[in-house]
Amino acid sequence: MKNDSVLGFIKKNTMILVLILVVAFFSWQTGGKILYPMNVSSLISQNAYVFILATGMLLCILTGGNIDLSVGSVVCFVGAIGAILMVNVGLPAWVVVIIMFVIGTLIGAFQGFWIAYVRIPPFIVTLAGMLVFRGLSNVVLNGLTVSIKGKTSFVNLFGGGADCYIHDIFGNGKLNLTCLFGGLLAVTIYVVLQFTTRIKRKSKNYDVEPLWMFLVKTIGIVAVVMGFAYKLAQHKGVPTVLIWVLVVVLVYGYITNNTTVGRYFYAVGGNEKATKLSGIDTNKVYFIAYTNMGFLAALAGMVTIARLTSAQPTYGQNYEMDAIGSCFIGGASAYGGTGTVPGVIVGAVLMGVINLGMSLMGVDANMQKVVKGAVLLAAVIFDVVSKRGGKFVVKN
Amino acid sequence: MAKILLEMKNITKTFPGVKALDNVNLQVEEGEIHALVGENGAGKSTLMNVLSGIYSYGTYEGDIIYNSEVCKFNDIKDSENKGIVIIHQELALIPYMTIAENMFLGNERGAKFKINWTETGSLARHYLDTVGLKDSTQTLIKDIGVGKQQLVEIAKALSKNAKLLILDEPTSSLNESDSKALLDLLLRLKKEQNLTSIIITHKLNEVSYVADKITVIRDGSTIETLVKGVDDFSEPRIIKGMVGRELSNRFPGREPHIGEVMMEVKDWNVYHPLYSDRKVVKNVSMNVRRGEVVGISGLMGAGRTELAMSIFGKSYGENITGTLKINGKAVNLNTVQDAIKHKLAYVTEDRKGNGLILTNPIKINTTLANLDAVSKNTVIDKDKEYAVAVDYKNKLKTKCPTVEQNVGNLSGGNQQKVLLAKWMFADPDILILDEPTRGIDVGAKYEIYCIINQLVAEGKSVIMISSELPEVLGMCDRVYVMNEGRMVGELDGKEATQEKIMTYILQSSGNKEV
Repeated sequence: MKNDSVLGFIKKNTMILVLILVVAFFSWQTGGKILYPMNVSSLISQNAYVFILATGMLLCILTGGNIDLSVGSVVCFVGAIGAILMVNVGLPAWVVVIIMFVIGTLIGAFQGFWIAYVRIPPFIVTLAGMLVFRGLSNVVLNGLTVSIKGKTSFVNLFGGGADCYIHDIFGNGKLNLTCLFGGLLAVTIYVVLQFTTRIKRKSKNYDVEPLWMFLVKTIGIVAVVMGFAYKLAQHKGVPTVLIWVLVVVLVYGYITNNTTVGRYFYAVGGNEKATKLSGIDTNKVYFIAYTNMGFLAALAGMVTIARLTSAQPTYGQNYEMDAIGSCFIGGASAYGGTGTVPGVIVGAVLMGVINLGMSLMGVDANMQKVVKGAVLLAAVIFDVVSKRGGKFVVKN
Repeated sequence: MAKILLEMKNITKTFPGVKALDNVNLQVEEGEIHALVGENGAGKSTLMNVLSGIYSYGTYEGDIIYNSEVCKFNDIKDSENKGIVIIHQELALIPYMTIAENMFLGNERGAKFKINWTETGSLARHYLDTVGLKDSTQTLIKDIGVGKQQLVEIAKALSKNAKLLILDEPTSSLNESDSKALLDLLLRLKKEQNLTSIIITHKLNEVSYVADKITVIRDGSTIETLVKGVDDFSEPRIIKGMVGRELSNRFPGREPHIGEVMMEVKDWNVYHPLYSDRKVVKNVSMNVRRGEVVGISGLMGAGRTELAMSIFGKSYGENITGTLKINGKAVNLNTVQDAIKHKLAYVTEDRKGNGLILTNPIKINTTLANLDAVSKNTVIDKDKEYAVAVDYKNKLKTKCPTVEQNVGNLSGGNQQKVLLAKWMFADPDILILDEPTRGIDVGAKYEIYCIINQLVAEGKSVIMISSELPEVLGMCDRVYVMNEGRMVGELDGKEATQEKIMTYILQSSGNKEV
């Protein structure tokens, strides 16, 4: 019995274990360089767009393995418009942010309409979107680079430039105390919440996971968060972009886990006909998934131009692949219906660590793509085969 | 006497929880047309699937002796190599390929990497001539009618050198003249080529027309074999064999408390969603009262599910016309949401395909149709959801370790209970139960009947669609009989008998609407 639950625990958290192994491997290969504060910090800033896009992509994939190929182009297009409005038109940053969100959402709604109500396959609609918005980015930018270096308030807010960290309000020690306190606060809230729900559930005689599993999970998460906060404190503190990522992850984690709308995404992906016959508007579910993807692509666009302090017609290439890959590595099913926001984040971190580790090791960029591709394939094979009960080849 | 071409000996086939075939024996002589008759679910199709290798050797018990050798088929290809070809009720033709391409699909003429189209064409022509189809071999399947498609299937079978042809309900979607032509073709092939066929059908007039022998299957066992010229081939005689089983105490009793009319349907017409000229439900009128269990009896494909789903928020069909009154008020239910709001529930016959999310736990399935009841401002109260699921699990005696269990891991009977729980939680006044006991064992059936009794005792109305006649007779206060899209009879529960219902169905079969 005990063995069973250990096995179940391992099966449930395979990707986390893989992540630990991968981190250990790169620490060994790079002589610990990958855990330097600077590298931990840049892991976040470099991959912020992946976290944001992968969260949105998860909703699309949940509805039945549907993907959005256009996000990279939309990121570029929205970023281009933002840069032009700030630099050439001279609008204030907050107005530009609103306009960018509106445009991104409208693009998502436009694609969502065809997918949800006209039932054009998402692959086709978003492939078209990928071409259209890449082309339009070029048109908007006239094929040139627009620098937004001067727009420091925008750039810093979205995690670019030199001063993109939360200021330390506790004076000038070597460690950034604000960052540490932030981590401590988060951890405390988390632990209190975990224990109160467990006690509440136990008092009502509901099923709870075994105590050891609960403790391993809680202590593990506390250790990771505190370790992270400590590393960041050693560098320059919390990158502003981390706040955006956290907001996205927490909000969407909550939506998918605790709300009726979130439930509908899983239901549609699990069995669309049954969902429809349960009185749920499945068209609307598809529409929301793709509209939301546009909204988050806009946010990713802001993060991207801020980090690179400019807009170029080539930005955002292959972003869709990073997002899709993170979802599948993070345990989302290619047939829809399963997958969680935390899982996707683990997938994205795993991809990020592999990228960073190989760069530090000096692996050739082309070989990095080979490795990433192999990891993606292996993850999905694992998912499909294990769902089939371990049968490797399907009988004809 | 001609030689025995096929003998199936003591065939037993079990599915998880159900014994579909129990010691079935079947003997077919060379050059005869052998009819297999029985109610829905009696095991006819299962038997033919065993014969054609769809259920491979080893998944059943017993022997298949064909041409005096014991056969061990692993798949359909093995049986076809021996000359056993099955034509399924749903035709397996690809609409956007030509007749010739379809006939030789998987059996292409020519070299391995180069199809010989000339040979394909001329062979196709030859077999089409044999079955008397004059259309060009280059016609696309989608452009010819169902009757002609059926002939293409037979031509395809002949092209595989079929010695034994199995036809599963070949005339179910044909009109009378097409049916007659098909049956005449079988008789002609028998005479000219000494072709043996097994035909599964519900239309007893056809049976007496073509068959040399009739084997009756009931509840997974062979009951009897009637021989032409020796035994009585009349319809009442065959029906007696099909339904003749004693009604023991398999149904819980109840005190009927029948009140006013809850729902009324008048002149209801529904067209097929794809073939817009095909009428699936024709001028149906019916009603159900408070506290009443109304049965809709009929054969598969009679249009019962289509009727139910078209009432339930127009979830099936096109161009739906007619009036629907709930509590005396005419309503227009355009979506499933509307239907649920008007306290209607439809519990599907296809619990895996249309009813449940198999990869999700019991608790999530239980609340899906009424999530608002366990949530506040769209936030789900998971504790409440859990409590609801446990409550229904206890009420319906669902056997499962916890409600966190995925529905896909439950047995059929327990899945059905989860599906019922889901709709009971939606708090309907009128429940349409479509084949509520299909594929579940006797014990679970009894429990489902108890649940139905409890529902009507609470003043709800139940419409029960069922192909099992004993169940309809045992449970219903009133029985409608439906056939080929029309209501062909209405019987009081007390005066209804299996013979009366079958007679209604069979007498109305084939009488095409003017």
